[in-house]
Amino acid sequence: MRYRPGQRVRVAARPHEGHHRTPGYVKGKIGSVERAHASFMNPETRAYGEDGLPEQQLYLVRFAQSDVWPDYSGPRDDGIYVDVFEHWLEEAE
Amino acid sequence: MHDRGGGPTDTPIDRSEHELAHWELLTDALVGALAGRGLMNVDEMRRGIEGMPPDEYERASYYERWLYSIETVLAEKGVLASGELDARLGR
Repeated sequence: MRYRPGQRVRVAARPHEGHHRTPGYVKGKIGSVERAHASFMNPETRAYGEDGLPEQQLYLVRFAQSDVWPDYSGPRDDGIYVDVFEHWLEEAE
Repeated sequence: MHDRGGGPTDTPIDRSEHELAHWELLTDALVGALAGRGLMNVDEMRRGIEGMPPDEYERASYYERWLYSIETVLAEKGVLASGELDARLGR
C-alpha cells in the first residue's frame, strides 16, 4: 500500500477515455487520505469484459469543499469524501 | 454521458420517496441474476449507461438507463441477438 492515513495526495489531472470512477471535480485537487479501504478489481478494464486484475488499492480521500468548489460559501471546515484508486493518486508535498 | 457530478443546474433535487414499479424491481433482480451467472458486471453496466446518447440519457429514468445498458452489453456479448428483443416484443 503506497499511502497512509493523513498523507497528502493529489489526484492525477489526466484525462481518461472510457469508463473510470475518478470524478472530474477532484482531478488535480489535493486532499488527505482518510482511510485505506481495500483492493478491488479495476473497473476501468472490468467495464470492457476483462478480469480487472491486478486489483487496485482504493482509498477514502478527504478534500476541503472550498478547494473543490471555487465559490463554496459553506463553513470553512466542510469536507467532501471521495473514493479514489491508488493509480489516480500522486504524492503531494 | 460521463462524470456529471458538480455540473451546474437550476433544477432542484427531488428528494421525495416513491414506490418502485414492478418492472423496476424486475430490472434490479435481472441485474443481480446476470451478475450471478457471470454474464454482466456492475462496471459493464455503468459503462453501458455512460455510453448512452446524451439526449436519451437525459430522457431516461434511473431504471430505464439500467435496461438500456443491459440490452447494449448483452447484445455486445452475443447473449442477445441483434433485434431479438424487438422481435419478441412484436415491434
